[in-house]
Amino acid sequence: MFTKPFNVSVSRVAGLTAAAVLLAALVGCGSNVKLDDVPVSDRTGAAVTGPADGTAGSQGTSGKVTPVVVDERGIAEPPASVARVIYFDYDSYIVRPEFAATLEAHARFLKADGARKVILQGHTDERGGREYNLALGQKRAEAVRRSLAVMGVSEAQQEAVSFGKEKPAVQGADEAAHTKNRRVELSYR
Amino acid sequence: MSLSRRALVGATVLLPLSAAHAQFRVEVSGVGLTQIPFAIGPLKGSDAAPVDLAGIVKADLERSGQFRQVVPVVGVLLDETSRPDLAPWRERSADVLLTGSVTRLADGRFDVRFRLWDVVRLKDLGGMSLPVRPGDLRLAAHRMADYIYEKLTGEKGIFSTRIAYVTKNSGKYSLWVADADGEGGQVALNSPEPIISPAWAPVGGQLAYVSFESRKPVIYSHEIATGRRRLMANFKGSNSAPAWSPDGRTLLATLTLDGSSQIYSIDVSTGSHSRLTQSGFIDTEPVWDASGQSVYFVSDRGGAPQIYKMGARGGNAERVTFAGSYNTSPAISPDGKWLAFVSRINGAFKLQVMEFASGTVTSVTDTTADESPSFAPNGKLIMYATKLQGREALMTTTLDGRIKTRLSAAQGDIREPDWGPFVA
Repeated sequence: MFTKPFNVSVSRVAGLTAAAVLLAALVGCGSNVKLDDVPVSDRTGAAVTGPADGTAGSQGTSGKVTPVVVDERGIAEPPASVARVIYFDYDSYIVRPEFAATLEAHARFLKADGARKVILQGHTDERGGREYNLALGQKRAEAVRRSLAVMGVSEAQQEAVSFGKEKPAVQGADEAAHTKNRRVELSYR
Repeated sequence: MSLSRRALVGATVLLPLSAAHAQFRVEVSGVGLTQIPFAIGPLKGSDAAPVDLAGIVKADLERSGQFRQVVPVVGVLLDETSRPDLAPWRERSADVLLTGSVTRLADGRFDVRFRLWDVVRLKDLGGMSLPVRPGDLRLAAHRMADYIYEKLTGEKGIFSTRIAYVTKNSGKYSLWVADADGEGGQVALNSPEPIISPAWAPVGGQLAYVSFESRKPVIYSHEIATGRRRLMANFKGSNSAPAWSPDGRTLLATLTLDGSSQIYSIDVSTGSHSRLTQSGFIDTEPVWDASGQSVYFVSDRGGAPQIYKMGARGGNAERVTFAGSYNTSPAISPDGKWLAFVSRINGAFKLQVMEFASGTVTSVTDTTADESPSFAPNGKLIMYATKLQGREALMTTTLDGRIKTRLSAAQGDIREPDWGPFVA
């Protein structure tokens, strides 16, 4: 099930953070944590071996250990209960600040398990051409991908794709429908 | 006015014609358009044929905007062997008369024969014999219409060409190949996921398109006779907007390998790809001009989507559209003289036709959700998708917007038309 060791391209600090989250989860309140049935012990072990491979220096954090204190909130919001849709303003391709916490929760999950992959599916409202909307949806998916990358999620774990206006969440030509359709959906594989 | 209506049965949208157009045998101005009055005599034996051959010929010719039917003379028996008395047809102001016959052959085929008469000069304009299987009777009618069109206008007819389009019905998507009038459609692909941007290969028989069947947009090339499919672009990210080069050796596509949507060139035989645009902005919807020298595309590099032109190997791009803040979906006429595109005007998406020589841009529709224009291979008509009474529909229009017809609606929504090449 867990065939790939912890991805060493993920930042060292991120790896340790993830390990800390998972250790805390294991000790603290494992009952609420649903991480798609991946054994927690596997991940913890992989993360611990990470710093020994000598790549930490490239991250500029060599030898430094940043202790992370995991609060209850972080544990209580694993991806299964975290929103999987990020909404966008009209003609906008910027992730609104209100979605930062949501993306951080996804980032924690992904960093904890380097084998998990997320597909970021960009969508637009129905106005305009199909191909141009596909490119606009891609811009939204790419904005989320960059946000997750900044949060330490590796390139290999993410794929930004677009559905353009082909798969609206809500049918309708009014602004209420448009608002729900301008979105990026995070889909795990 | 009444004549115009009669001559345009089947037209769902009709721009108001001025009083001058109500006269008989009037010349409709615009893009050198002349409406030739034609008559179809009774086709002997056609009652036994399972399709209305005369009706198809009439609808084809009228859709071109260059022909109008005059009321046929009744009570005469004619076929392709007759030397008809042309006087009564002249009185009806017909310029040409089509005569013919349909005979069922022993092997089950139908022999469709016809002859065309120049009513004004009293001249035999020749004819053909088309022995066809029952399933090809519609094609025989389209071939008749092509013959008449070419004889009278000097240009090749497009009625026997094929089109591709996509329908969405109860959440299922189908890619269709149909006659140019939208009839006789056959499904090439059924999918639970969207299909967009079908593009005919220049030799016909093959379509590239974007399919979401693997939960992301990837490009297939599809041989329609065999159903054999080849994955042309399945790179990380999105793969879309396929466009065949005129020689069929290269497929342009929009890929997102560095994050932004950029135009790439894919070698059809080897599958190797190279990047054509380097903007970092959106570059998409590439289309070739007929010479294969230039590529038109859409980019938001200037802050809003506009149409640009570059060399077939990339390089510097020059901006082509300037009016408004949203111009997308370019299509180039086969003679390279016209650009069709969709412009957002006061919130409505409108099909526009630009004449390159003069730079004149004409808005040719009354609808507000126009999409995906595609030129007929003779450049005289544009097919496009739009919405009529809330339903998706396919339309054809003349380049000046005067004559429009709605293609017969399949079940559900219909969209993404692409007009195929001339059939050899």
